[in-house]
Amino acid sequence: MEKPVQRMLMGNEAIGRGLVENGCSLAASYPGTPASEILGSVVQFARELEMPIHTEWSINEKVAYEVALAHSCTGKRGAVSMKQVGLNVAADPFTRSAYLGVTGGFIVVVADDPGPHSSQTEQDSRFFAHFAKVPVFDPSSPREAKEAVATAYALSERYEIPVMIRPTTRICHARQNVSCVKPIELERKAHFEKNPSRWAATPQFVTGLHRLLNEKIDKIALEKQFYPVLQKGGGKSNSCIVASGVVYTHVYELIEDGGLSDVDLYQVLLPYPLNRRFIEDIRARYQKILVLEESYPVIEMQFVNPLVQGRRSMSVPGEGELTPDVVESVLRTFVGIARKREAEPAAKGRRPSLCAGCSHRAAFYGIKEAFRGGIFPSDIGCYTLGMNLGAVDTCHCMGACISQAAGFYHSYQQDGGEIPPITVTIGDSTFFHAGIPALVNAVVQKARFILVVLDNATTAMTGHQPTPHLGILADGSQGNPVFIPDIVKGAGVRFLREADPCELETFGETLREAEAFCRSPEGGVAVVIARHGCLQDRRAGRDAQHLNMTIEECTGCRWCIDEFECPALLFDEEEGRASISEALCTGCGVCVHVCPSNAIVSKDGGAQ
Amino acid sequence: MRQQIVVSGIGGQGVLFVTRLFAEVAVEMGLEVLTSEIHGMAMRGGTVLAHVKVGTFKSPLIRRGEADVAIIVNAENVSLHRSFVKESGAILVNAGNAGDYVHVDADRLARNSGYPPGSNLVLVGYGVGKGLVFCEPEAAENVIRRMSGPIQVEANLASFALGRKQAMER
Repeated sequence: MEKPVQRMLMGNEAIGRGLVENGCSLAASYPGTPASEILGSVVQFARELEMPIHTEWSINEKVAYEVALAHSCTGKRGAVSMKQVGLNVAADPFTRSAYLGVTGGFIVVVADDPGPHSSQTEQDSRFFAHFAKVPVFDPSSPREAKEAVATAYALSERYEIPVMIRPTTRICHARQNVSCVKPIELERKAHFEKNPSRWAATPQFVTGLHRLLNEKIDKIALEKQFYPVLQKGGGKSNSCIVASGVVYTHVYELIEDGGLSDVDLYQVLLPYPLNRRFIEDIRARYQKILVLEESYPVIEMQFVNPLVQGRRSMSVPGEGELTPDVVESVLRTFVGIARKREAEPAAKGRRPSLCAGCSHRAAFYGIKEAFRGGIFPSDIGCYTLGMNLGAVDTCHCMGACISQAAGFYHSYQQDGGEIPPITVTIGDSTFFHAGIPALVNAVVQKARFILVVLDNATTAMTGHQPTPHLGILADGSQGNPVFIPDIVKGAGVRFLREADPCELETFGETLREAEAFCRSPEGGVAVVIARHGCLQDRRAGRDAQHLNMTIEECTGCRWCIDEFECPALLFDEEEGRASISEALCTGCGVCVHVCPSNAIVSKDGGAQ
Repeated sequence: MRQQIVVSGIGGQGVLFVTRLFAEVAVEMGLEVLTSEIHGMAMRGGTVLAHVKVGTFKSPLIRRGEADVAIIVNAENVSLHRSFVKESGAILVNAGNAGDYVHVDADRLARNSGYPPGSNLVLVGYGVGKGLVFCEPEAAENVIRRMSGPIQVEANLASFALGRKQAMER
């Protein structure tokens, strides 16, 4: 065997590499932090190692799951990756796939985000795995995450069951030197063996499949291979810590740094199903037990042991990331050593903001100006930052904004009074992901609102994955584009306009036309596609326009600062006037239309 | 060799580039290394903090009061992140004004050199020149050469050299 090569890999890259090395031949995903880089690295390593792997950015996680699942039902190895809330979208195929099982190995990588750093919940996907009766690995480092891929595929094929690997943000975005080897060669040919009582199981077959699933889980719970490992201590103490994931590494280092020597530390790699013998041994051997895991009590609840301390005994904070500082404080209380000092509360720092020159900012400003007092449902992506401009009132889950607008409309409409202007913003990728059924539904139900699709031709927040209307596939090759206007028209929408939000005046006129349609006797949902490429997208061709902006007679009213919130607009408190940062300004010239006293001008003469 | 470094800045300042640079230099020098960074929403101009742990560590995160060095690319982050640094540790700040830390005006030096984006490498070069960070200069140069695109490579190397030179002179 060839000597492994050491490479510096991010956790997500290590997982991607693991999939390629272990003969995965189809990987599907929908981008979402902290999982986004997994599929990208499958693409990269497949190319580098010349492995013919079908990779796809699917339209959403449910679709990704189903595509990959079917692949593994032909006897090949498949994988799907997503962030934790993506599993909510894929919950339907996920739960049933546990019952029906798979034939080729099938790995579900779900990245959790305790904290959360970039998510709308800090839910624990291991709990979801427990609920669905799917075994789940909880790696504590990029290296372990990569090793887990091989173990998970073997387990998946031995029991014909989907297997989850659950990294957290701190694993996904940690970098470590990782051993890389050549991929195994499986040379499997697609073979779908018909078996309707399994693949099309009607309720009469489901109890039997459920029994089979229970038996699989029972057997896995007795596998010696997954008995948690004693990593610190001699196994003779009367107190122990049971930990998993990145929290385990924090505990390990805290013990190494001294002061907590008389504690045994076990690492759990497979939190569900937790090894049955381990549960019994811990109960028999220890008087004091502390469980540390992220982010819900999955291991803890399997102990069914009143001596266990954890989240349920309030020994561990019920929410928030278990940072090393938090873990230190919990451990000190557990072993009865005075706290060193209270960990300082994490200061907030600077809030994120839309980039200088971002067309979303122009769109939000235009919407705000056109519809003062309106309701602005929005969604998930960079454009959630429209909150900073007061143009985003809601952000719930992917695609929800359109249904929320319908719900708001029906609520105001039934009262018979004034209906406030309801203007929705949704990104192009989010629209494809979950906006389409919501739009069809709103049209059918006679809702009236304006839907602005912020089309920047990319999935910007997660690293510029291509969206369906570009027709570009994950590996960069050409696919078939599906266009947003066609979908909108197909959904039965009778008002559709396209406008560049950076041309603020025309954009405003378009919005007012849309509003007039909404409120007309035959009105309904009006759709405006606000089209302007993302500034950060390297693939997109850049507009040549770069105006050299300056501010002449600033009155110090702060309107541009407070209402437009461009990072390139600075306010000098001493001088009492605004100025433009040459370093940050992209020269889009939109702010010319924002200044109430027309003081912002282009040095090149005139506006735009 | 064991060193714990926090790198602090705001999105767009190249904090992740510096973090990757340290990681790759560690590998180049045959050292174990773990880093931690935050992507997504946190990167749109918001505060960014990355952790680099060189040597045999298991956890990718640094506890408050345990870092040997803080590299602070955005001066307003000093108050936010200085508590990560141990009492005997060093805080290197990209700042024009002196404070109770080591400072170098990397922004100004980079601007004067005609390559403003090189500011983060001026800062790193300064840290290397002052012996604050573990990197061997040659190893760092090899990695910069490898990590930079063909257009930026010379300017990046020059920025790193400028930082080192400044460290020797002051």
